[in-house]
Order: sequence, then structure tokens, then C-alpha cells
Amino acid sequence: MLLSCYVFPHQSARVLELHLLSSPSFLHHGDTHVMDNTDIHCVPNTLMIVGLASMGINYFASRICQDALDPGRFPRWKTFLKPYFGCSVFFTTLMLISVILSYAMKGSLETSLKIGLKNGIRFYKDTDTPGRCFQKQTIDHLQMEFQCCGNNDYKDWFEVQWISNRYLDFSSKEVKDCIKSNVDGRYLVDGVPFSCCNPSSPRPCIQYKITNNTAHYNYDHQTEELNIFIRGCREALVNYYMGLMNTIGAVVLSVFLLQSSVLASVRLLQTSMEAVAGQENVEIETEGYLLEKGVKETFMEYVDPVLKLLLLNQVTPPEAKPEAGATGTTTTTS
Amino acid sequence: MAVLKVTFTKTNRDKLAQVLWVLNWVSVVTGVTLFSLGLFLKVEIVKRRELMSKEIVSVPNMLICVGLTACAINFLGGKICYDCVDTTKFLRWKLLMLPYIICTFFFTFCILVGALMCYSMRNDLEESLFLGLRDAMRYYKDTDMPGRCYIKRTMDMLQMQFQCCGNGGYRDWFHIQWISNRYLDMTDSEVVERLRSNVEGKYLIDGVPFSCCGLHSLRPCIQHQITNNSAHYNYDYRKEELNLNRRGCRQALLEHYTQIMQSIGLIVLIIWLFEVSVLTGVRYLQTAMENVLRLGDPDSESDGWLLENSIADTARYNFNIIKNLGKCYQVDDDPNIDVPSSSLQAQENVPVKQIPVAR
Repeated sequence: MLLSCYVFPHQSARVLELHLLSSPSFLHHGDTHVMDNTDIHCVPNTLMIVGLASMGINYFASRICQDALDPGRFPRWKTFLKPYFGCSVFFTTLMLISVILSYAMKGSLETSLKIGLKNGIRFYKDTDTPGRCFQKQTIDHLQMEFQCCGNNDYKDWFEVQWISNRYLDFSSKEVKDCIKSNVDGRYLVDGVPFSCCNPSSPRPCIQYKITNNTAHYNYDHQTEELNIFIRGCREALVNYYMGLMNTIGAVVLSVFLLQSSVLASVRLLQTSMEAVAGQENVEIETEGYLLEKGVKETFMEYVDPVLKLLLLNQVTPPEAKPEAGATGTTTTTS
Repeated sequence: MAVLKVTFTKTNRDKLAQVLWVLNWVSVVTGVTLFSLGLFLKVEIVKRRELMSKEIVSVPNMLICVGLTACAINFLGGKICYDCVDTTKFLRWKLLMLPYIICTFFFTFCILVGALMCYSMRNDLEESLFLGLRDAMRYYKDTDMPGRCYIKRTMDMLQMQFQCCGNGGYRDWFHIQWISNRYLDMTDSEVVERLRSNVEGKYLIDGVPFSCCGLHSLRPCIQHQITNNSAHYNYDYRKEELNLNRRGCRQALLEHYTQIMQSIGLIVLIIWLFEVSVLTGVRYLQTAMENVLRLGDPDSESDGWLLENSIADTARYNFNIIKNLGKCYQVDDDPNIDVPSSSLQAQENVPVKQIPVAR
């Protein structure tokens, strides 16, 4: 009977879980531009659904426990309890599956980030093309916030033309030479955008002619580590999301354990109350159990009605009629 | 002639006591809120201590003290109100209640002062930010000097986070040398010429650090030779608005802090109103309970009021008490004490009483 006290504080844990779980979805919204496909959205969506469902589950659990204190009021929950346990076990298993899924999706996340960032860097200069005009802003913001540069590292910027032709003086000899020396006619420089600059550097940022030691006084690009960010943005983002998943995974696992124990306790309470029902002396000892039959039989018991519902739709009507006729004749003879 | 007299039945008194008990506990929570608001403000100011010439400590410290005092006072108030339901328990607190109410009255006044201080901080802050930013920009290049080596990083992070540039605008960077001599090639003729052309021998350029670059610009950032249109293709510095951050960092920081202060000020004002209402309730409860004790019957109706006499009378009475506190060693007015009349004035003051003789 003390279970009812145990379940009430669980409600507040639910609300907290919901807040926590909506946060990855919120963060994804801002960085969706650098993600190629959005399969990863299934993890926060599942967690949100599970969070909402468990709020309902625990609300009913607390009501059941409250009514369990009075043997007279408990029987009205009788028909409700079987589907309730079915749903609860389903959602609790879903919670566990979502945690496993979040770790399994790491590979997919990495691939989609790789493609998304590659496109972002390629379309960096296209601030006049509709649909791509915000890529520059997004990539700059990303590089400054996560303190990273390029896809794998800063050298990715050397392979892409990130300065638009609109701002290149085609009458200048230098520009013409650069474009002529390139196979595809692109203007490639050994320079990076300003957002790659590291604020922790002791000297003003060197973003152009990075590999040319003579172009700058007292500069050696091999030893200069703090000038621009060395880390690639893909690595930075994957680390960030995995860190987030680790925290959330730990929280969801602990909530899963709590939820399972609550459900097991409510089940024990229900079975022991059922033994008391109809008895005159309500203060006798009764036994509670988790499952009446074995695990497989109980599973079949739950799945059978669902299967029957599906099979009924598959059976063709003419086959049913002679069956019905046969059963009709058998009843008349007996 | 009591001020705002209200009659209370026994149930009314009990209900008032219970409501006040709950409200006092809510006030403890608001006291914790005040404390945390003060702490938040303090953290925000300490975070940017390097950019302010004089750290503003008065407002957050005031809020922290007021918050802690509110918790203590309302905790005591809650206990008192809880005991007020029972007249026997009230006797314990009877003597303490009036001093408690007076203290709380002065304390609510402190809350109001705290709220008003939040709004008046702006001028001090602006002055402090102006001087602080000016110095920070001057020491931007000194990344090799202990004590100043993190100013470059702080300044860059500030300009990127608030999307601002310089003190009042980006031109402030043109007047200071922000590139250290360590990274200037003194053999280069251009560098030598520039140093020579400056009166103080400073290397000034029309360029800004990378952190001034605007995020929303359509073209790659132009941070050197900004005012030289011919140095860049298809560029007019007068028309180019998105290239660099236009806002000055002083303005940006001032807006940021003013917004925080205004929100905090508003919350503190609301808490003040709440505290005043709780205080009024406690005063009514105190006077009602005292009248019940005076009447003798714990179940009877009693009156509660804010002041027993009118405001003028109460003020006069209290003023006389304060005046007489200073006169406690003077015995002129007391006719029972035999004062040796050494001075003429003393003789004149003591009236000579004619004892009527029966004829």
C-alpha cells in the first residue's frame, strides 16, 4: 500500500524527462542545414512520444495505487488493467530501444554531417543564389561556435572556391593567372574565411597565404597552432552530439529502471488485490505474482487478439460462409 | 479613530492566520529568488570585469543581502502566524510582534531602494564601460605581458558574441595600434614609413581585427584598408553596411546590462508589493489578537487596525518618545525630585506652591 506514495513523485520526473528530451530536437532544428538526411530525427521524436506516454502511464499508476488502499474501490479498474499493462510494457521497451538506437545512429549521423558540410562549404560563395544564400552565414556561425574549420580540417577550404566571381577583378593579372592555372577554371587560394580565426591566438589572424611563410613576418605555418582552428567541423559536431546522447542515454536508462520497477510493483499490487476481492476478511495475506503463466504463453495471450484482428481482415468472405453453415448444422444435430 | 479598522470574527482570524502562514512561506521562496537574482547579476558583472574600469558591486550585493534577510524575516513571520491561531501560543510572541512589524516595515523600504537602484545603475555603468573598453583596446596587442595576455581573447569573444566593433564604432580601431611590434617587419620600408609618419611612433592602419567581421555579409570579410575603395574590387566603404559590425561594444554591453537590470527591477518591485501586502496582513492579525486578549474571550469578535489613532496623533506620540529619549537624564519636569536650586533659572522654574491653610 505504500506504493502509492512511491509513485506520486514519479510524476515530476516525467515532466523533467520531457524537457530534457525535447532539447535535442530543438538543437537539431538549428543545425539541420548542415545535415543531409534527417533520419536521426527519429530518436528525439521517439523519446518525446515515450515521455508523453509515460506521463499518462504514471498518472494511471498513481490513481490505481490510490484506489488500492480501499478494497471496495479497486475492482472498478479490473477491465482496464490488462490493456494498461500491455501498453506500459510496450512503451517501456520503446524507451530502451530508443537509447540503443541513439548509439546505433552515430554512423548515420557522421555520414549525413559529412555530406551536409561538404555542400555547405561548396555553396559558401553563392550568397546570391536563392536557396543557398544562407549557407555562408550558417557555416560562419557554426565555425565560430564550435571552434572548428572546414569538413575534416582547414585544408578543405583550399580545394573549394569560396570567394565569389562577383568580387574578383578579372582584369587583374594575379586573378587571371590563378584561374588559368586551375583545370576547372576555379579561383583557389590557400586562405580560409574569417570564421576559422582562433581568438586565443597571440597575433592578429592570418587567414590568407597560410602556407606561405615568407608572406608574413615571423611566421611558420607548421609551428603556428593557435592561428586558426585545426579541428574539423564534422569531428566537432559528432563529439558534441555524442556527448549530448551520453547524458541523455544515462538519464533515460535510469528512468527506464525506475519505470520498470514501478510497473512491476503495480502488477504485484494488482495480483495481490485480486486475490482479496470477494473475500469477507480483507486483512488476510495474499500472494502477488508478475505473470500467471510463463513468459511465452502470456506474450501469445496478448498478441492473439491483435493477430485475430489482422487475420479476420485477410480471410475472404466466401470461405467463411460454408464454415458458418457447417457449424450451424453441427449445433442443430447436437 | 483607528486607521482602516476591520472587524474579525474567530473564523476570520483563523483564516487570516493560515493564509498569512502560507504567504510567508511563499515570501521565503521570493527571498530565495531575490538572492539568486543578485547572484546572477554578480556573475554577469564579474564575467566581464576586464572590460569595466570600476566593478559595480553595490547593486548585486544589495540584492543578495535583501534576499537573505527576506528569507529570515519571512521564516520567522511564518512561525508567528502559525502560532497565532491559538491564543495561548500567541502570548509567546506578543512582545516580539510589534518590533518584528517595525523591522519588516523598514526592510520593505530596503527592497524598494534595491529596486530603484537597479534602474539608476545605467550612468555609472556607461562611464565604467567607456573607460574599460578603451583600456582593453589599448592592451589588445599586449598578449605577451602577464596580466594582459587574455585581453585580446576577451575582446575578440565580446565582438563576436555581441556582434559589435570597437568602443563607439569600428573607427576606434584606427586610432590605436592593435598589431604588436613583434609581428611587424621593421626592415620593410612601408612599415618604417608608417611609423615615422605618426607623431607617437605608433603603427596605425585603417584596419580592424577579424572579430569585427559581420556574419551577415554577402562577401568575404574586408578587414584591412577599409576606407580605400580602390584596394578592393567592386567595393564602396560608404555603401557597404554588412561587411563589419556597425554597433559599438559599449552600446551593445549597455543594452545587454540594461535589459537584465530592468527585468530584475520589475521582479523586485513585484516582490516589494507582495511583501507590503503580507506585512499589512500581519499587522491586522497582531492588532486583532491583542484586542482579543484585551477582551478576555478567545472566541469573540475583535477589531484589527493599521494604526490605533490617526496618522498625525501616532506621529506626534512617537516623536515625543524619541524626544524624551534624549532627555532621560534631565530631571526639570519631575516635581518629586528635590533639586538643589543652584541657579536662578532653576529657582524660577520650580513653582512655589502655596499650601492652602484652612481657616
